[in-house]
Amino acid sequence: MHNLSPLTALGSDTPHIDEFDGITITEVADKALASLAMRHDQKTAFTRACKAATGMAPVAPGTFATSGDITLIATGLDQWMAAAPSQSHELLASMLASKIKATASITEQNDGWVWFDLEGPLCAAMFERLCAANMRAMQAGDVTRTAIDHLGCFVLCHQQGKKFSVIGPRSSAQSLHHALITAVHSAS
Amino acid sequence: MTQDNRLSGGVIDQTTPLSFTFDGKQYTGHPGDTLSSALLANGVRLMGRSFKYHRPRGPLSAGAEEPNAIVTLRDGARAEPNTRATTAELYEGLSAKSQSRIGSLKFDVMAINDVMANFLTAGFYYKTFMWPAAFWEKIYEPIIRNAAGLGALSKQADPDSYDKGFLHCDLLVIGAGPAGLAAALTAGRAGAEVILADDDYLFGGRLNAETGLLTEQNQADFVAASLAELASMPNVRCMNRTTIIGAFDHGIYGAVERVSDHLTVPADGKPRQILWRIYSQRAVLCAGAIERPIGFTNNDRPGIMQAGAIRAYANRWAVTPAQKIAIFTNNDDGHRTAHDLAAKGVSIAAVIDTRPDAPQTGDYNVMAGAQVINTKGRLGLKQITVATADGRTQKLACGALGVSGGWNPNVHITCHQRGRPQWDESIAAFVPGTTGPDGLVVAGAAKGIFSTHGALESGAAAAQAALADIGIKASIAKLPVAEDAPVAITPFWHVAASKGRAWLDQQNDVTVKDVKLAHKENFHSVEHLKRYTTLGMATDQGKTSNISGLAIMAELAGKSIPEVGTTIFRPPYTPTAIGAFGGRSRGADFRPVRLTPSHKWATEQNAEFVEVGMWMRAQWFPREGETHWRQSVDREVLATRQSVGVCDVTTLGKIDVQGADAATFLNRIYANGFAKLAVGKTRYGLMLREDGMVMDDGTTARLGETHFVMTTTTANAVGVFRHMEFARQCLWPDLDVQIISTTEAWAQFAVAGPNARKVLEKIVDPEFDISNEAFPFMACGEITVCGGLRARLFRISFSGELAYEIAVPTRYGDSMIRAIMEAGEEFDITPYGTEALGVMRIEKGHAAGNELNGTTTALNLGLGRMVSKTKDSIGSILSERDGLNTEDAFMQVGFKPVDPADDVVAGSHLMRVGDPANAANDQGYITSAAYSPILQSSIGIGMLKNGGERKGEIIRAMNPLEGREVMVEVVSAHFVDPEGERLRA
Repeated sequence: MHNLSPLTALGSDTPHIDEFDGITITEVADKALASLAMRHDQKTAFTRACKAATGMAPVAPGTFATSGDITLIATGLDQWMAAAPSQSHELLASMLASKIKATASITEQNDGWVWFDLEGPLCAAMFERLCAANMRAMQAGDVTRTAIDHLGCFVLCHQQGKKFSVIGPRSSAQSLHHALITAVHSAS
Repeated sequence: MTQDNRLSGGVIDQTTPLSFTFDGKQYTGHPGDTLSSALLANGVRLMGRSFKYHRPRGPLSAGAEEPNAIVTLRDGARAEPNTRATTAELYEGLSAKSQSRIGSLKFDVMAINDVMANFLTAGFYYKTFMWPAAFWEKIYEPIIRNAAGLGALSKQADPDSYDKGFLHCDLLVIGAGPAGLAAALTAGRAGAEVILADDDYLFGGRLNAETGLLTEQNQADFVAASLAELASMPNVRCMNRTTIIGAFDHGIYGAVERVSDHLTVPADGKPRQILWRIYSQRAVLCAGAIERPIGFTNNDRPGIMQAGAIRAYANRWAVTPAQKIAIFTNNDDGHRTAHDLAAKGVSIAAVIDTRPDAPQTGDYNVMAGAQVINTKGRLGLKQITVATADGRTQKLACGALGVSGGWNPNVHITCHQRGRPQWDESIAAFVPGTTGPDGLVVAGAAKGIFSTHGALESGAAAAQAALADIGIKASIAKLPVAEDAPVAITPFWHVAASKGRAWLDQQNDVTVKDVKLAHKENFHSVEHLKRYTTLGMATDQGKTSNISGLAIMAELAGKSIPEVGTTIFRPPYTPTAIGAFGGRSRGADFRPVRLTPSHKWATEQNAEFVEVGMWMRAQWFPREGETHWRQSVDREVLATRQSVGVCDVTTLGKIDVQGADAATFLNRIYANGFAKLAVGKTRYGLMLREDGMVMDDGTTARLGETHFVMTTTTANAVGVFRHMEFARQCLWPDLDVQIISTTEAWAQFAVAGPNARKVLEKIVDPEFDISNEAFPFMACGEITVCGGLRARLFRISFSGELAYEIAVPTRYGDSMIRAIMEAGEEFDITPYGTEALGVMRIEKGHAAGNELNGTTTALNLGLGRMVSKTKDSIGSILSERDGLNTEDAFMQVGFKPVDPADDVVAGSHLMRVGDPANAANDQGYITSAAYSPILQSSIGIGMLKNGGERKGEIIRAMNPLEGREVMVEVVSAHFVDPEGERLRA
């Protein structure tokens, strides 16, 4: 076991939680991420391998789904992001690569992103101040890519209007967090 | 001061007093008042001075079209000039000041201009300030600028915040008068997503300002019931205090919501205003109409107002501008003002109707076929002179005059995409044309339908039709029974018999005479008329003046009004604060920043940070006793070259390249070969643009047969990724290659210096041999560190020293830098920042952003042989252009001063000794310069014509900006370790 200690994206030993009237914003540090990009002419083989590796077929564009510990998020044409608890899946990319083999290119993205969970009735009003995507119309299981305060982010909807995740660039975690908090104050 | 002009009723709370000040004097008003209505209630008609002649002015209107009652609201840093008293909501403690005056509002020194009016006609600038030419910049312009302009900025930072946001709807309803309410009810009941926006704080439009519009229902009850129903619908969003400022492409509308303007200070965390971008599938414009004045001599005195505005003040705000009022009209609507005022007990001096067949609408004197030809009252109207139908003149005492020249539909938004309105003879006004923004329909008075019945019906029908377009079936809402009076108007623009000045544009002091002068001087085009006279400029954009100006121009030109046409309408509809456009992007939050994994540690080391793109990078690490940055940087360079240094290089772009054709792809992206790069090896790569110029450079490591990791320069990380994505998707879609950025997934540190290996041997787990033999220069590999953490190691060097770059997952970056520092303690390891990095790369002659500046080729950089002739790659063909390969082409070389005490300055241009220093003799320029603590001299690298053949030449480095010249010797760009022995050690 190595002797290095992790920091969260917001720079602390423990994840940051902000509680407001109407919304709670939680930094989620326990996420392992891996990107999957299907290789040419491998649709059938990849679909089969993906099922074997994640328990589900590649999800359709604009959606995400969860099977067991793994969440599969559509991120682009023939591209997905797999997410799982890092405590149990820190080597998620290696695990997927070993099972999916040459049907897709797998890249570790554990620390490329900051992940915030947002829950509460104020979510929709907050998002209106942050991004052009129509968050009120998002249904549970929808995902969209949008710019929040100039930062390219993925937004996952877990419950319409009330429960979302925002996945943004890790190096700008503090700026993204500041944007979320400022929008909450404006919207509340 | 008492509210002598306050009437009973109104849509205000007369039980609650609010105190406020205007020009320092205390007054009281009530919740629901505007600043204008409250001042009128207190008997204050004089609220401003005009821009040019400094004529005393009072409010002309009761809405957003106001040209005169322009004030500065609030004090100190919150002071906001050029706001309209007619729309400013009253709140406890509001402070307002008048503008455009020197001295008091009653005794404005600048009123001298009015006496000199004959010299200040249209175009007087161009005629008067022609000579002497030398006077223009130093004398005329400062005087004019001092006299011109409206209010003044506080010149303090605005303490309030502004926000931006995005909304979506099926139907945007612009305006919440009868047409807007009918449209919103129709759409809301159909289940459509609706946004109902109104710039007023009170929904209802003219339903709040008129009487007798609904015949079987109380108007206020209808408005209240409608709003209650709309508020109960989750699919409807009612936004008051929200002005739609513009129509943009694809159904997008800009809207400014005034969140806190009606409060003393914004609530904690709340913005003052929000700029919304509304994405609508369809929109209905129900923006109503604006009443136009009539031109006659001295028609600008305080107390002379739109007749409809006086009616609105009386009915909505329970205010009359005076106890005795006259009306001047050319249509039936003017009579309604007299009727309503009389009903409230205000004395009517007369209704002067230009029409010989004017109706007798009440128990007051109607003067048919008469005209107002002059007025009196310096600071407020006292008397009007009327020319009667039988040719007599009659003087009437009155404190206010309501003027109605008819109503102009508010077509502004329909014209924002160069739509042109159409002339409707039946109402003598422009109505929306057929070339408006896609998806926008118009209803109610904005369409020229002036009856309440027509407004309600057209609003509902417009919503129904708009929704049908997008597949939503809507039934027409049940509408109240309303008046349906026809429009009865005889066009009348100005009193021909007027001898004095008759104002058209009161904000810019443009008179009928100015329009005539412009025409006489051949400014016939309506656009020229506007620029020459300033008709329709400034904060009100001619909302009350444009059409009258056009009518007079048409009269003079012998054309019809539609033949003369209108000027172009542009957003924003009303003045919009720059702060609203900026939103949250100001100060430290102007844009997001990126922090390196060692940022927290670097902060603890008191690092000085510098913005590099969005990144905050440590520039140097000052130590106690160091008083100048050079001391820190020199120390960091020397420590690194003598022992070992460490630098966070996470910011370099990292692109993961995978796929069966990854090697082929890189072979085409890079000018040099990559197909045969062995697994476990790294290679320096040079990337060209399609035109053959250098785009970027960096190293690419081959981690597997189908797996590469490319690094880019920090500045070009995004551009290179985009370039590669374009190549992948559009140039070679047949190649099986996938790319993704991993820049911030890995914390990467350069460990450089003779003791670098010794430090890393304490970090890298022992099963990995990093000796020179096992892990030579340009090796790479996936390893573990600190007892098992996965990591990547690259044997590459930017400093020219024995160096490695070690990468670990970013979350461990902070811990890793601490571990490296601890491991290096026995070697006096020194963290170094971007300045030392820059010094060392200049000492080594390595190109960076200053050299990769978009104008240099591989040949210029001394890397011409890297462009492979045995394969095709982006830019390789065009790099062979003759013009890029001349004998005297730039070559990167080094420069050192002949006198070591001299500074070499980047940007200096190079001239031969003895040549005149001019562009024709330019030999090149210095791209980068630094003080080298190793050489104990300033040094530079740069581009010199045929530089490779000129080593040893003494040349002049010219810095004409600072008037300095330094003699430098042309040398090799590799100042330190030219043979590369250190980095291979």
